[in-house]
Amino acid sequence: MNRLLYFIKKESLHILRDIRTLLVVIGIPILLMLLFGFAISTDVNNINVAVCAPVRAESIEKVISEMDNSELFTFKGYVNPDEIDRALRSGKVGIVVVFADDYDRIVSGRIPDEKAVQIVLDGSNPNVAASGAAYLTAMLGGMGSEAGLVENHILYNPQMKSAYNFVPGILGLIFILVCAMMTSISIVREKELGTMEVLLVSPVKPIWIILSKMVPYFLLSCINLISTLLIAKFALGVPMTGSIFGIIFISLTYILLSLGFGLLVSTVTDKQMVALLISGMILMLPIMMFSGMLFPVENLPAVLKPFSYIVPARWYIDAMRKLMIEGLEFSGVILEFSILCFMTVGILRVALMKFNDRLE
Amino acid sequence: MISVNNLTKMFGDFKAVDGISFDVAKGEIFGFLGANGAGKTTAIRILCGLSKATSGSGHVAGCDIITQSEDIKRNIGYMCQKFSLYEDLTVWENMELYGGIYGMKTKDVHLRAEQLLKEVDFYEHRNDLVKSIPTGWRQKLAFTVANIHSPKVIFLDEPTGGVDPLTRRQFWSMIRKTAAEGTTVFVTTHYMDEAEYCDRVSIMVDGKIMALDTPAALIEKFGVSSMDEVFRNLARNAVRNE
Repeated sequence: MNRLLYFIKKESLHILRDIRTLLVVIGIPILLMLLFGFAISTDVNNINVAVCAPVRAESIEKVISEMDNSELFTFKGYVNPDEIDRALRSGKVGIVVVFADDYDRIVSGRIPDEKAVQIVLDGSNPNVAASGAAYLTAMLGGMGSEAGLVENHILYNPQMKSAYNFVPGILGLIFILVCAMMTSISIVREKELGTMEVLLVSPVKPIWIILSKMVPYFLLSCINLISTLLIAKFALGVPMTGSIFGIIFISLTYILLSLGFGLLVSTVTDKQMVALLISGMILMLPIMMFSGMLFPVENLPAVLKPFSYIVPARWYIDAMRKLMIEGLEFSGVILEFSILCFMTVGILRVALMKFNDRLE
Repeated sequence: MISVNNLTKMFGDFKAVDGISFDVAKGEIFGFLGANGAGKTTAIRILCGLSKATSGSGHVAGCDIITQSEDIKRNIGYMCQKFSLYEDLTVWENMELYGGIYGMKTKDVHLRAEQLLKEVDFYEHRNDLVKSIPTGWRQKLAFTVANIHSPKVIFLDEPTGGVDPLTRRQFWSMIRKTAAEGTTVFVTTHYMDEAEYCDRVSIMVDGKIMALDTPAALIEKFGVSSMDEVFRNLARNAVRNE
């Protein structure tokens, strides 16, 4: 036990003396959170809108001013029917709203089976087009028309803020970065330096060497977890009404899993550069693509979908979304938690086995 | 202190170490020579308990190399050809760490470290980071660190690689002093002038020990004037290259 403390002290000194790396490790999660939270956003704002209205009725003016007042749309003026194509083509506007000649009468229901409004969209940016159409439809529906429009009621994230969605994804990425990448590099560095050989000749059990490497990175990850959760709660306003205990518990499990990955990577190679590449390419890419961090898992092609089941980050991110955004209790994520536990035990087992093999 | 009988290590069909036998006495400086690929490193790994022999038997510091490899580790010091101190720690922190690894009490580590550093005139610089220390000094400090827990046997695997002649001379006087205090030193080297500092040397060729005696006796036996020529006479017949 005493020996373990010596090692942990040594590992902590390694980390503390390398201030630049330490700052990166602690700073990156904060930077990512702020970037995704404020700068990079898939929310669509300020779409330019032109209106084509044969009759300038008061009801139509009302719709337009409502549109212009929302932060989603900017009213750019009226166009004639034959200018619609040119307005969209030139890129001056993204949406043209065409009101029917008999708008008032259709909206009040006097002419059934007629559409009151047509929305013409620039589809070259599908994201903008789809969100714009959805927002407009919702807005027109809310304007008191009884023409059978569907009422949308969005649960959990009514403003559809994308930042909410990114928080669990960023955590999923950060822990792999800090735990897997840093641990594997720190183990492989000792092999490169030759100090590992001296340690192996000493009476210290290899497992203690590895454990002492994991402890400081585990603590660093906890700091990251805290800073990320604080930013999520107070700067981004993620509700986090669910079980805080659950959030922390499942994160710790995921941290352990990432440490296991780091150990596994370190058994595959003796070069720091290779360890870095493996952690970067083989661990990070699947997390971005298959975990639901960037794209919903449901949107993956059927061939790739099964692949997402073996990406641990997918289960972690799923569970964190449920806990943080939907506000479920821990009992709501038992399935995800069990899968993560199962994977953690598996990875650690394989990693330790391979580590011992390599010593022979 | 070290006793090996018919030690063999196979890697598949390849006999890396082919039935070597020798004894090393307490306080002796034993030179373990051989060209690259002759099987030196494999043999040392077995003696240090890092690797298991395929057949044969042996004892190091009174412990069986087959069954008590963990006990061996407690009684030996080891310094390898790669530099083995942590560069981002101070000399003192390195000594604390290695003393701690060998289960020494912090107080004892400090006493011993102070004594060893004062002997080599380095005590005032104990709080320097290792990376700020010149290579020659680092190598001497690495030896000091390998000696911190007063091991019965110290294994040195090419300890003077890349070190200037003056430092090598100082290094060897440290080795002789340590041996005079009763520690057995088992050393491999490429420098044949260093071989002449050893009490006895063995020369390994293709996994076998082809010669074993005092340097003077070997020079006389081969009718040459230096260890260098003895070595070249033997290594010329090697089948394995590299």
